[in-house]
Amino acid sequence: MNCRSSEITAESLYLRRREFLRSAAAATAGLALAPAVGCEAEPQAKPVSGPGKELADVVPGPFSSDEQPTPWKKASSYNNFYEFGTDKDDPSRRAGSLRTEPWSVAIEGEVSKPGLVPLEDLLRGRVLEERIYRLRCVEAWSMVIPWVGIPLGEALRAFEPTSQAKFVEFTTLYDPEQMPGQRRRVLAWPYVEGLRIDEAMHPLSLLAVGMYGRVLPNQNGAPIRLVVPWKYGFKSIKSIVRIRFTREQPINSWNRSAPQEYGFYANVNPEVDHPRWSQARERRIGDFRKRPTLPFNGYAEQVAGLYRGMDLRAQF
Amino acid sequence: MHAGVVVAALLPLANLALRAATDHLGADPVEDITHTTGNWALRLLLASLAVTPLRRLLGVPALAPLRRSLGLLAFLYATLHALTYVGLDQGFHWQLLVEDVLERRYVTAGFAAWLCLLPLAATSTRRSMRRLGGARWTNLHRLIHVAAPLACIHYFWLVKTDLLPPFVYSAILAVLWLARLSLPGKDAVR
Repeated sequence: MNCRSSEITAESLYLRRREFLRSAAAATAGLALAPAVGCEAEPQAKPVSGPGKELADVVPGPFSSDEQPTPWKKASSYNNFYEFGTDKDDPSRRAGSLRTEPWSVAIEGEVSKPGLVPLEDLLRGRVLEERIYRLRCVEAWSMVIPWVGIPLGEALRAFEPTSQAKFVEFTTLYDPEQMPGQRRRVLAWPYVEGLRIDEAMHPLSLLAVGMYGRVLPNQNGAPIRLVVPWKYGFKSIKSIVRIRFTREQPINSWNRSAPQEYGFYANVNPEVDHPRWSQARERRIGDFRKRPTLPFNGYAEQVAGLYRGMDLRAQF
Repeated sequence: MHAGVVVAALLPLANLALRAATDHLGADPVEDITHTTGNWALRLLLASLAVTPLRRLLGVPALAPLRRSLGLLAFLYATLHALTYVGLDQGFHWQLLVEDVLERRYVTAGFAAWLCLLPLAATSTRRSMRRLGGARWTNLHRLIHVAAPLACIHYFWLVKTDLLPPFVYSAILAVLWLARLSLPGKDAVR
């Protein structure tokens, strides 16, 4: 079998990612040793689509979990991305039509430096961090994903939000040609999400451009997506084309679709059930038995303070 | 023909078993098994309801035994579906299961649909038919017209936003009911 060494190294090393990242020398040694192992052991674990190019100069970031990452193959083939269809395998099958280059993000609203920012400019001069985060879907399943990205707060501050900026609204690309799932109105397109400004500025919030040391596959929200690990997955909007700073609380797509079931905050909370199913437990993809869901998805220590004094049953 | 249909209806189950044995289920195997068995239970339930209108339309009385076979196969898939939920999904956690049946309306509807099928499967033999008597047996088996819409409602109530699949199944059920009304049978058993 013919494998490029760039593909193989990430495969065989991603489970030991942080050791890999800790030293450039170790990585080089790994390159020499990896090919035979990676190629034989997991021949089908290649990226399902998208460039899957390896990202250079990634450093380990803070807040990473030491839990076993979900296998790449599952994280890149079991996706909720309704822009490509409502079945879990639709995005990996159909996201090839998304063109991620060139890509720009419009910066709008209560901000001193608005404009259309090419993705390269958004990332220029920034250090790519790896953050291994738990991801908890509102459907009661979860994964552990080594994201690669930049802190959202740092990126946003560069545009100098005004004192009137109380919320940040994010919008996904709308283009039914590239996103065939948008031809059916299962949600009010384009997809919109939002954060309170203090949530957006929180050091846990990440703008991800990669995972498992590689460029994001299209089905995972390429080329740039949000990762807010203490909230249900639907808050972590994919393929972002617009970031608008607002005075008013944005109306996020799922809240618009079913306000009694999906709130604006959508903090992971085992105590507040979805009206139709329990949120007390979750199945980690790859596990058989369910495990208890943790408040704020296990990030309570970092973020519980943001919600002091709020009734989280009412503001779900 | 009859044997062919039965074998065809068992193929999805064989495929599921094969995929389970070779580790080719979806990323969430429990979800995969749940959806596969649930979808086929509903499809076969509708197929069993299609036998009588089809028989009248085509005037082929020989189709009649298919109704029982398809009904029993639907029950088989529905039972596997329920067992997957009870055992694999909820891990036989009885307290959670009771709570689910009582409080989560999609579970309530699904459980009720399965309960409707249970006596039909239990009295599917010729002997039961004789023992109950034709009229009583027929009345009992009209429960299928409760089970089928309950299964559709179960589907409607569990989807997040894409109502198309449950709508398609419900539309098929409606067509089958209309066909039944517009093609009255000469026989006593409907």
